[in-house]
Amino acid sequence: MGRLLQFNIFRYNPQDPESVPHTDTFVLEETDSMTLFIALNRIREEQDSSLQFDFCCRAGICGSCGMVINGRPGLACHTKTKDLPSDVTLLPLPVFRLVGDLSVDTGSWFREMYNTVESWIHTKKTFDPSALEERMDNGTAEGIYELDRCVECGCCVAACGTARMRQDFLGAVALNRIARFVIDPRDERTDQEYYDIIGNDHGIFGCMGLLACEDVCPKHLPLQNQLGFLRRKMGITALKSIFRK
Amino acid sequence: MQTVYTDVLVIGAGLAGERAALECADAGLSTICLSVVPARRSHSSAAQGGMQAALGNCAMGEGDGPDVHFADTVKGSDWGCDQEVARLFVDTAPVEMRRLAFWGVPWNRVVPGKSSYFKGGQKYEKVEKEENKGLITARAFGGTAKWRTCYVSDGTGHSVLFTMDNRCAQLGVEVHDKTEAVSLIHDGETCFGAVARCLKTGELRVYLAKATMIATGGFGRIYPNTTNAVICDGGGHILAVNTGAVPMGNMEAVQFHPTGIVPTDILVTEGCRGDGGTLLDVNQERFMHIYEPEKAELASRDVVSRWMTHHIRQGKGVPSPYGEHLWLDIRHLGEKHITGKLREVYEICTSFLGINPIHQLIPVRPTHHYSMGGVRTNKDGAAYGLKGLFSAGEAACWDMHGFNRLGGNSLAETVVAGGIVGRKMAEYALGAEVIFKSTVIDGEARAQEERIQALISGKNGSQSVYKVRAAMQEALNKGANIFRNAPDLEACVATLQDVLGRAREVGLKSSGLGASPELAAALKIEGQVKMALMVAHGALQRTESRGSHNREDFPARNDRDWLVRTLATWKSPEDTLPTLAYEPATQVFEIPPGDRGYGKTDVISAESKKE
Ligand SMILES: Cc1cc2nc3c(=O)[nH]c(=O)nc-3n(C[C@H](O)[C@H](O)[C@H](O)COP(=O)(O)OP(=O)(O)OC[C@H]3O[C@@H](n4cnc5c(N)ncnc54)[C@H](O)[C@@H]3O)c2cc1C
Ligand code: SF4
Ligand code: SF4
Ligand code: FES
Repeated sequence: MGRLLQFNIFRYNPQDPESVPHTDTFVLEETDSMTLFIALNRIREEQDSSLQFDFCCRAGICGSCGMVINGRPGLACHTKTKDLPSDVTLLPLPVFRLVGDLSVDTGSWFREMYNTVESWIHTKKTFDPSALEERMDNGTAEGIYELDRCVECGCCVAACGTARMRQDFLGAVALNRIARFVIDPRDERTDQEYYDIIGNDHGIFGCMGLLACEDVCPKHLPLQNQLGFLRRKMGITALKSIFRK
Repeated sequence: MQTVYTDVLVIGAGLAGERAALECADAGLSTICLSVVPARRSHSSAAQGGMQAALGNCAMGEGDGPDVHFADTVKGSDWGCDQEVARLFVDTAPVEMRRLAFWGVPWNRVVPGKSSYFKGGQKYEKVEKEENKGLITARAFGGTAKWRTCYVSDGTGHSVLFTMDNRCAQLGVEVHDKTEAVSLIHDGETCFGAVARCLKTGELRVYLAKATMIATGGFGRIYPNTTNAVICDGGGHILAVNTGAVPMGNMEAVQFHPTGIVPTDILVTEGCRGDGGTLLDVNQERFMHIYEPEKAELASRDVVSRWMTHHIRQGKGVPSPYGEHLWLDIRHLGEKHITGKLREVYEICTSFLGINPIHQLIPVRPTHHYSMGGVRTNKDGAAYGLKGLFSAGEAACWDMHGFNRLGGNSLAETVVAGGIVGRKMAEYALGAEVIFKSTVIDGEARAQEERIQALISGKNGSQSVYKVRAAMQEALNKGANIFRNAPDLEACVATLQDVLGRAREVGLKSSGLGASPELAAALKIEGQVKMALMVAHGALQRTESRGSHNREDFPARNDRDWLVRTLATWKSPEDTLPTLAYEPATQVFEIPPGDRGYGKTDVISAESKKE
C-alpha cells in the first residue's frame, strides 16, 4: 500500500453567496508516478465534484496549472507527489483574480501586460508574398527563442514582492518580453520608445532584484540577466535623455 | 442574458482560429474569438516538432517543391484525401511560413558549412550552401521524401501561437477566454452565432454573428489515453452534431502514436526510435523484429502501434496501476546523446516519471493522438448543412489528411486553412445580409438555461458524469482502437448506446454555481457519446483497411467500394445511432490510387468494379 497523502486545499467560490474562504482536507492513497494532476482529478471525480483547478496540456508546456504548492509557486502537472511530504497544502496564485478554489484568471492579466508592452513586431515594412523571407542569423533566431519560451504561467509574478505590493508592477515576465523585442532585428522600436514603456517604477526601476522570479520559473528563463540587461540599457537611455534636455 | 454582436465569431483561439480571425480583422470586420483557456494555452502550443512547407532551402531539402509535398500527403492519406484541397495546401504553405517569419516567428535558419546528423543510429555528414545562409531551414519527419519540416528549436507550436496571438492583439481581435460555446443558434438553414457559458462566473451569454467558425481543435479526450490536452474534448464538434444538419466527415479515421508515456500519455518523440531506441516487453526482450524483420521499430506509426497492441494481447505487456504497457529502451544511446539530441525526452522522463532514461526504461504504450475526422466542409471551409458556418484546423474535415495525417502537416494546415477559410469567411460576412430571428435566438438561450437547470435539479436522473464518461472511454478503447473487427465494434456500438441512455440521465452532485467544472462536463457528455458512436458505427460499416483504420476481418484497402468519405449526421435528438452517407473521397485525381511505398497491404483496385 502506498502512503496516505493529505491534501489541504484552499476553497472559495465567489459566485456562491454561501461560500466563505476556508481549507478542505482530502485523503488519497499514493500510486506510482502520481502527479498533482492525477491527484487533483481523482479528488474531483471521487470525492468533491465542485473542486475548481486549471489544467490543459498536463505536460508542462501550456502554463495553465500554476499554483502555490507547499508555499512555493509552481506547475502542478509536473510536480510528483513522491517529491512532497505526505501533507500537501495547495493555494491559488496570489496577484491574479480568483475564479474559484485553485483557479485564477491569468488570461486578463497577461493580455493587459502584452497590450502595455505592445508585444508585437513594430515595423514599417509590408509583407510581400512573392518575395523570399528576410534572412536572419541562426544564432539570433535561437537567442530570441530562448526568451520566447515563457509560458505565461504567472509563477514569477506570484513570487514577486513588488508585484504583490503594487498592482501596476509589470513583473519580470513583461521585462523579459521587452528584452525579446529589443534583440529582434525585425522590431524597429528605439531605446527611447522602450524607455517610455518601462523606464519607471512599475517597470524596470520597481524591481528590487531579489531573484524570487528566476528561482520559481519552471522554464528556467534567465530573468535576472534580462532585468540586468534592461536596467543598464534603460539607465543609459535615461542619462541620454537628461543630457538632451 | 448579455448579448454580444460581432461580424465574425470564431469559436476557438488556437492557430487555426486566430489565423482566420486575422483575415477577417484585416478586412475591417469586427471579430471575436472564444476560448476555454487563454488563447496561448490552446493545444497548438504543445506541438514541438514543426510544420511542413516545401521551401527547399536546406541541403537535405534540395529539389523539394509543392509537387513532392503533394505526393507525400496523398500517399500518407492512403488516397482518402480530397486532392484539390491537398494541392491548395501544399502550394500555399511556403507563403504562410514566410508570413509567419514576417510577423515575428524566430524560425531556425540555414547555417552554411559541414555538419553531421544521425539516421537509423548511423552518423552521416551534410553540407549547407553559403547562398542559402539565413533562410528558413528544415528537419526530417516521418513519411516525407525531403527534409521539409520548418521548426523553432523544440517549441514550434508555442512560438507560432504566441506570434499569432501578438498579431491578434495588434489588430484588435478580441479573445474572450474562459468562455465555452455550448450550442449554435440556427434555424435549420443559417447559423446566427452561439450561446456560450462564461467559465469565470457561470453566466450564459449570446453571441450573434454574420459568420461563425468552429476551430476548436481535436477531440482526443473521448478516448481514455491520448496525447491531447484535457480541453480537446470535442466541445466544438458537439455544437455541429447537435444541429442535426451538419455532418461529420470520416470520424472513424483516428490516429494512434506508438510512444505515449504511462501514466499521463505525454508524447515522447519518434526520434527515440529514429536514433536507435528499441521496444521491450515484460521479459525485457525485443519483439518488433519478429513481426517486421526488416524495419522493426522503424516501421510506420500505424504499423508499430498495431504490433505493440498485438504483443500486449499475447500477454507480454507490463502490468501497472494504470494498465498494461511496454518499455522504450534508449539507455544504449548514452548520456551525451540523451541529454543532447533527446533533451526533451530526458526532461519529460525526469519531471513526469521521476525516471532517468540514461539508466532506466521508459514505460510507453500506443496512444490516441490525432483526429482526422471532424466538421465536414467544402474546399472554402464552409460547413455542409448550414449557411454562415465555417470550420478549420483539427476540428474540420477539410480533408487533406484522409485516413492518415503526416507529422508536421497539421500545424501547417492550421495556418494555411486558417488563411484561406478566413478570407472566404470574410467575403461571406461582407456580402451576407443576415436577419437575426429573435424567436430562434430566445428559444436557443432558453433551451440552454433549461438544460442547465435540469442538470442541477437532477430532473433527468442522478448518473455521475465522470462515471458515464469513463464508461464511454472504456467502450471506445475496447472496440474502436488500433485493431478493429465486427464483433468488437458491434459490442462497442451496443455498449455506447447503453451509455448514451445513461448520459441522458446525468445529474450534478455539486451546486453547479459559478464556473462549476462538473456542469461543464455534464453539458457535453451526451454529445461526446454521440461522437463516440459516429466513430464506432462508421468503423463498423467500413469493411476495409485504409491508413489508420485497420479491420482485422477486412485487411485489404478496397478502392472498389470504399474510395469514399463517410458523412455522419445526428438527424434527430432521440436517435440512438448516427445516419451515415457517403461521398467520393475526391472529385479530382492528380495521382490515381496506388502503392504507398511502405506498410504492405493488399489493394482491391477501383478498376475491378467495371469487370
Ligand atoms: C502532443 C502533440 C504534439 C503535436 N506535434 C505536432 C507537430 O509537431 N507538428 C504538427 O504538424 N502537428 C502536431 N500536433 C497536432 C497539432 O498540434 C494540432 O492538430 C493543431 O495544433 C490543432 O490546432 P487548432 O487550431 O485546430 O486547435 P487548438 O490549438 O487545439 O485550439 C482549439 C481552441 O478551441 C478552443 N475551444 C475548444 N472547445 C471550445 C468551446 N466549446 N468553446 C470555445 N472554445 C473552445 C480552445 O480553447 C482552443 O483555443 C501535435 C499534437 C499533439 C497532441
Ligand atoms: S527580482 Fe524583481 S521582478 Fe524578480 S521577483 Fe524580485 S522584485 Fe520581482
Ligand atoms: S517567466 Fe517563467 S515563471 Fe514567469 S510567466 Fe514566464 S514561464 Fe512562468
Ligand atoms: S497543464 Fe499545461 S503546464 Fe501544467
